[in-house]
Amino acid sequence: MTITEKILARAAGKTGVAPGDNIWVNVDVLLTHDICGPGTIGVFQKEFGRDAKVWDRERVVIIPDHFIFTNDKKAHRNVDTLRTFVREQNLPYFYDPADDSYRGVCHVALPQEGHVRPGEVIFGTDSHTCTHGALGAFSSGIGNTDAGFIMGTGKLLIKVPHTLRFTLDGRRPDYIMGKDIILRIIGDIGFEGATYGAMEFRGAAIEALPIEERMTICNMAVEAGAKNGIIAPDQTALDYVRRRTAKPFQPEYSDPDAKALHAYRYQVSEFVPCVAKPHAPDQYAPAADLGDVKLDRAYIGSCTGGKLADFIAAATILRGRKVSIDTFLVPATREVATGLQSEKIQGQTLTDIFKQAGCLDIAPPSCAACLGGPEDTFGRTHGKEVVISTTNRNFIGRMGSKLAPIYLASPLTVAASAVAGRITDPRKFM
Amino acid sequence: MTSPILRGKVYVVGDNIDTDQIIPAQHLNLVPTIPAEYKKLGTLALSGLPAEYPPLVKKGAGISEYVIIIGGRNFGCGSSREHAPIALGAAGIRAVVAESYARIFFRNAIATGEFYPWETETSLRQVFNTGDMAEIQFDRETITHSDSRKEFPLKPLGDAKAVVEAGGLFAHARKMGMM
Ligand code: SF4
Repeated sequence: MTITEKILARAAGKTGVAPGDNIWVNVDVLLTHDICGPGTIGVFQKEFGRDAKVWDRERVVIIPDHFIFTNDKKAHRNVDTLRTFVREQNLPYFYDPADDSYRGVCHVALPQEGHVRPGEVIFGTDSHTCTHGALGAFSSGIGNTDAGFIMGTGKLLIKVPHTLRFTLDGRRPDYIMGKDIILRIIGDIGFEGATYGAMEFRGAAIEALPIEERMTICNMAVEAGAKNGIIAPDQTALDYVRRRTAKPFQPEYSDPDAKALHAYRYQVSEFVPCVAKPHAPDQYAPAADLGDVKLDRAYIGSCTGGKLADFIAAATILRGRKVSIDTFLVPATREVATGLQSEKIQGQTLTDIFKQAGCLDIAPPSCAACLGGPEDTFGRTHGKEVVISTTNRNFIGRMGSKLAPIYLASPLTVAASAVAGRITDPRKFM
Repeated sequence: MTSPILRGKVYVVGDNIDTDQIIPAQHLNLVPTIPAEYKKLGTLALSGLPAEYPPLVKKGAGISEYVIIIGGRNFGCGSSREHAPIALGAAGIRAVVAESYARIFFRNAIATGEFYPWETETSLRQVFNTGDMAEIQFDRETITHSDSRKEFPLKPLGDAKAVVEAGGLFAHARKMGMM
């Protein structure tokens, strides 16, 4: 069996499962946020009763992150709905925007706060819940109705996905990031190339990647339609998890003879810095080919591209240089924001590097303009701005305005492009 | 029991209609389980489509004049927001007939029971124009272009059909004595 099949079999109390089997799994963690939480709570209370209790208060994690720094009244009401529920249910894991417990973007906060453990089953009311496969968990996005069902029962009926195996061989050049790897793969297999499947990533180049870069890769598995993305938890992953939680867990690993529906092999040394052109993440193009695309705005942020490693990469390019277009920086979480002040490159903090480069003031952590959001959202497009962004989606209108085209790229490529004002291969500045 | 035939106007869209086009993110402050906000979501369904599309729901109208959406490949790709299938259902859409769906959207459509997410082997986008009349025969699982009487098979919905018919996951589970 594959790692995905093994995790699901154990969660279903079975000795074996095969792709296509419909099985009931016990859920280890249910994640929700301010956009889908109130609707999930609505479903839960309607179906199980106003006084019903969640199946296990230790396993429900609520991380508001989407519409936080806005004057939108309904957005505030929705966070209040979460607060009331947390109080009524006495839930221990709620990260309230009104106090010090606030963290920021759920998919970066969830592992940082120790809620992601190898071998476990995680469902979240957000499609990028697939991020957590980076630590060897089965993790997938669901809607409010399924989440309401889990809240009441702790279980979900799911189909075991087939596995697509991606082996990345070779040594990763320093100009290639997790983002370049996943955009290349999505470009090859297409926007729906992994629909219903599990994308399993392995090989020497994956094992050499830091956790945050693995997260970037698994985060975008859903951009190829996958149910989950997953990487076997090696020592790097186990160390990351043990630093953040004392809870016991049991990792799973693919059998050497595990069957995959398709197997792909790549040499990462042959990869080039790339972008996804508007309006889909599978519109792959080498950055070097798009030098005539003039930009108005650069954006570094989100669960895909707003981690500390992303800002460090951007800072290596921006140190001692000036951006020539509006450059928006949104750390994913408070931990990342703190890192911007403490992390240094040749004696200079990232914060100082970005300031001297002429970037806009760093925003507080949240999803911000990654999904457009309310009119007053930081970085939201309102006109025909041409944007290059470290986020994960470039659909029409994704960052606010339907007329603003979005190019997705790694933080290195975004930073280089911010300097040049045109799409630029970062090797030019390395 | 649902009426064995669904008859109505179709609204035709392209490939990769993502959830941001179905319901743009700025409207995700609406909570689908609040009845007034459910209705409001319906009036905003497909408002993220490019400007060349006619509105699905006319300004001022509570619901859509269309009842069936004809889509292409990968319909509903993107986010897990259940607001998307709910907005279509609240707009009065009773069936979507597409070549393929994104996984989470398909599952949400069935779990909410808002509409039947049917698939077809071949593209029907060359056959139907927005505003044409169509008939879906539930027992035979076919869709007919009313004017030309051309008939096309729908891929069987299997177990999912009963869930939508019951009105969603919970209603189905109760009906089956599962809860
Ligand atoms: S940062 Fe963007 S992609 Fe990530 S959870 Fe927030 S809105 Fe979704």
